[in-house]
Amino acid sequence: MKSLLPILTVLLAIVALWYGAAVWLNSAWTYDQAERAGTTVTFAELVGDTMAQDRPVLPAPHQVLKGLWDGVAGQAVTSKRSLVYHGWFTLSATLVGFVIGTGLGILLAVGIIHNRAMDLSVMPWAIASQTVPILAIAPMVIVVLASQGITGLLPKAIISAYLSFFPVVVGMVKGLRSPDQMQLDLLTTYNASRPETFWKLRLPASMPYLFASLKVSVAASLVGAIVGELPSGATVGLGARLLSGSYYGQTVQIWAALFAAAILAAGLVIVIGGIERATLRRMGMAQ
Amino acid sequence: MTWLWFALGFWIAAWGLNGWLARSAHARRPGVRLLIPALFGVTLLILWEGIVRGLNVPAVILPAPSAIWHTLTGSVPTLWEDFRQTILKGGLAGYVIGCGAAVATAILIDRSPFLQRGLMPIGNFVAALPIVGIAPILVMWFGFDWQSKAAVVVVMVFFPVLVNTVAGLAASERMQRDLMATWGASYWQTLFKLRLPAAMPFIFNGLKIATTLALIGAIVAEFFGSPIVGMGFRISTAVGQLALDMVWAEIAVAALAGSAFYGLVALVEKTVTFWHPSQRGRT
Repeated sequence: MKSLLPILTVLLAIVALWYGAAVWLNSAWTYDQAERAGTTVTFAELVGDTMAQDRPVLPAPHQVLKGLWDGVAGQAVTSKRSLVYHGWFTLSATLVGFVIGTGLGILLAVGIIHNRAMDLSVMPWAIASQTVPILAIAPMVIVVLASQGITGLLPKAIISAYLSFFPVVVGMVKGLRSPDQMQLDLLTTYNASRPETFWKLRLPASMPYLFASLKVSVAASLVGAIVGELPSGATVGLGARLLSGSYYGQTVQIWAALFAAAILAAGLVIVIGGIERATLRRMGMAQ
Repeated sequence: MTWLWFALGFWIAAWGLNGWLARSAHARRPGVRLLIPALFGVTLLILWEGIVRGLNVPAVILPAPSAIWHTLTGSVPTLWEDFRQTILKGGLAGYVIGCGAAVATAILIDRSPFLQRGLMPIGNFVAALPIVGIAPILVMWFGFDWQSKAAVVVVMVFFPVLVNTVAGLAASERMQRDLMATWGASYWQTLFKLRLPAAMPFIFNGLKIATTLALIGAIVAEFFGSPIVGMGFRISTAVGQLALDMVWAEIAVAALAGSAFYGLVALVEKTVTFWHPSQRGRT
């Protein structure tokens, strides 16, 4: 808890900077309006006005919070203006993709561990694929699948799965290989078969690695779901809110959607962290 | 159908060959270690080509690799223009500014444990956020040209590099710092002669993560508005025209650029951190 004070200080500094930047960036519009009306503005009026514009260049923090609050609590959950509605749509694609991606990733990692040919041939490509901007292909996957009549949740889930797939593969391969020679030798002296070694030693030993990569991959799959909503002309989802906000200059809407996405990401990472702590404690691995 | 059978046959043959190579005594030779993944890549391409030709998959769903190669070689000037706009201007400028700012910030906050304790959790948190969403805002602020793309890249690469650099600056050992102190080294001498070199493996880890992020940021930012040149622009318009061979050609360029960029950073890392155990083992 001793880091609480520094964190709060830094957060306060960020908010203060944000207010300052809002006044600075939005002042041009205020001066412009005043000049057209033939009036001059005092500094107090200027500050007041920059905090309450309809389409500010940079909305002040309280405007964003109000936009967020209106979106979450001010609407019926089924309303098209509700961020809960849009957020749920994005979240469902994220979760489906995350589950598919994690499952495939673990399977591939198990294959890589047990088959030397797969290890030598797949692993370099799995690493090389990390250097490819996969996210840039996302829109294409959506459009192509849509032209085949596959729309809705599945295309976005595929992108999410693809993005969450590689952190899991890399982490799980490392984790499944983490038992050292001594432990493996011990199981050999027990005459353990390969499946027994896998279930009783390798899999338990890989858990810390699995959770570390799950945290990365759940954030990646949320990014995938959001980007997947950008080009498809989707009208539902946080990505669609970002895009329509940028088309119509609704900056408050963009920032509110951005904050909703950030809260969603943080929530997902925290949930995984909670599961991690509970699991590792039951396994006796947590400190 | 012959194409399909040929591809399947090639697949099985390559699978068998790879399995044999991996188990044989040759597997330790560097040439063979390169050959096995190369064979796997070629197999994937042939399987792709065979399935597309054998099953008559329409080009609007999945063009064959040969068609993509044809487009790639046929439109080099367009691709080069796009590459220059997106990667050389937007991506690279943002990468240099973002990484430079992150390392500088890390050195600044390193002197204050208070700031470190406050900023690090926030930095870790922000690194997990969907930062790419900030793209529409920055495109509004900085206009449609490459400056806005560079801005997106700056924001995207900043936090991973910052977090890694701060971790790296803490990597030198107490004993080593004490030794510097007994030699009467000043703060800056310690920083440049001990702590920055010791931090290099961590910094390069961040820099390598940032290469991919930079490309993603530069391309995705173009979806929100761009001049009529650029890889993201070309991808989104070609998708609209269902000219998928062009899209795949751009993706191939992006993949090549991404791998080359990553390889370049890894190469620099190898020369800078030649002393680190992870580099020493492999010659």
